[in-house]
Amino acid sequence: MRGRYDLVVMGTSTGGLHALTRLLSGLPAGFPLPIAIVQHRSRDSDERLSALLSGASLIPVFEAEDKEPLRSPGVYLGPPDYHLLVEPESVALSTEEPVAYSRPSIDVLFESAAYSHGSSVIGVLLTGANQDGTRGLQSIKERGGYVIVQNPDSAESAFMPKNAVKNLLPDRVLNLEQIADELVSRANDARLT
Amino acid sequence: MVGSIQQDESQDPSEARLLRFTTATSELERLEMELLLLAIYRHHGFDFRAYAPASLHRRIKKHMASARVSTISGLIELILHEPSALQRLLHDLSVNVTAMFRDPSFFAEFRSSVVPLLRTYPTVRIWHAGCSTGEEVYAMSILLEEEGLYDRCRIYATDMDSTVLDHARQGIFPLSRMKEYTSNYFLGGGKRSLSDYFTAKYDGALFAPRLAKNVLFTQHNLAMDRSFSEFNVIVCRNVLIYFDRVLKDHSLGLFSESLGTLGVLCLGRKESLRFTAFEHEFTTLSARERIYRRNK
Repeated sequence: MRGRYDLVVMGTSTGGLHALTRLLSGLPAGFPLPIAIVQHRSRDSDERLSALLSGASLIPVFEAEDKEPLRSPGVYLGPPDYHLLVEPESVALSTEEPVAYSRPSIDVLFESAAYSHGSSVIGVLLTGANQDGTRGLQSIKERGGYVIVQNPDSAESAFMPKNAVKNLLPDRVLNLEQIADELVSRANDARLT
Repeated sequence: MVGSIQQDESQDPSEARLLRFTTATSELERLEMELLLLAIYRHHGFDFRAYAPASLHRRIKKHMASARVSTISGLIELILHEPSALQRLLHDLSVNVTAMFRDPSFFAEFRSSVVPLLRTYPTVRIWHAGCSTGEEVYAMSILLEEEGLYDRCRIYATDMDSTVLDHARQGIFPLSRMKEYTSNYFLGGGKRSLSDYFTAKYDGALFAPRLAKNVLFTQHNLAMDRSFSEFNVIVCRNVLIYFDRVLKDHSLGLFSESLGTLGVLCLGRKESLRFTAFEHEFTTLSARERIYRRNK
């Protein structure tokens, strides 16, 4: 049975490793939606990030490959030096120019999710020290998706979530430990008719 | 602030209404996309209909901002009635981001596992498919020259966009990128100094013409053109990511057809033959660097 939502996208920058570790460790092994994540990382970063997240998460974590089918439970991490996008059924990569010095860029992921998944996407923006993600969350909102922003007061770096809250009206502003619970309950929402 | 915006969405009929509205908007946009791609194809012959939709949509939106049109329908009108507008769109739709020695470990692996195979051939034919402005082609020429193979190599470098090929033939790349390329070059097993290969002029680095001597830059469109020769090596890195699954398979078929016995296929670092019809036609030479060899 299809639920109200079919995909979670997350974005984070400074402080992201810690935040993602805590957030993912709060999700059950059978979390029913695929999760695509952009964590800002340098061009030559290695696979330690996915290994660390993998160790903290009950859900399998993959460095995304082009055209890999989106499956649940599964976490798809944007690889270094590529943008991560989503199609309706799979992930997609791009080597187009960095956006605001970032590749992967959170806006690119979020905007593609809004285009490909419309109102069925949940966007989550966590800690970070730049403006990436706000425009993408706006796209998700415009198309009827659900938007969660980490409470800036609880973020290691408040700038990114603060910028989002300043520019749009999230459905929820939550502390890190509440986000996992919120995702679990939204994932069980029934489809609207 | 925390949890302050409470809506009881599942009970709220206005949300269902909003949802129907946004769904209709999305469907309308999909229809406009289809019409635009059809218009480009029918009017100009370039076929983008089998490109990966998410990144293609992004490039179209970006182009719309620079062309100052607010709807895709507006863009259709513009390109049908203004020839120069179509040219600008085509240029923005093809991805022309490239670098010298991107993923240096690929070049290091090419030196250690492909070069020894190539040494056993009297002549080596290489196809660089989707070469864009040519940075990677010059990088390969440098590698082959350092390995003493360049003189027996014939390189066909193709792209669908003739303007990038003009650029590639000149061999002038931004001087501002040379620091990055120099570091890539060393990490990729470079044996000399990258600056030995170019002369700085104003803000450009002009690469030695001998690096293009054995290269034929020529137009070829993977979506529309056929196999045109037989090769020992095909390099097509980070091109198939812009295609949908059907066009990717079609291109791999073209490569398979164009590779001689035990020919080598090099893909981008996050591309693979997994989930394609060609998985069993190739043996993996380097899983990490996505270098494959045709079985027969």
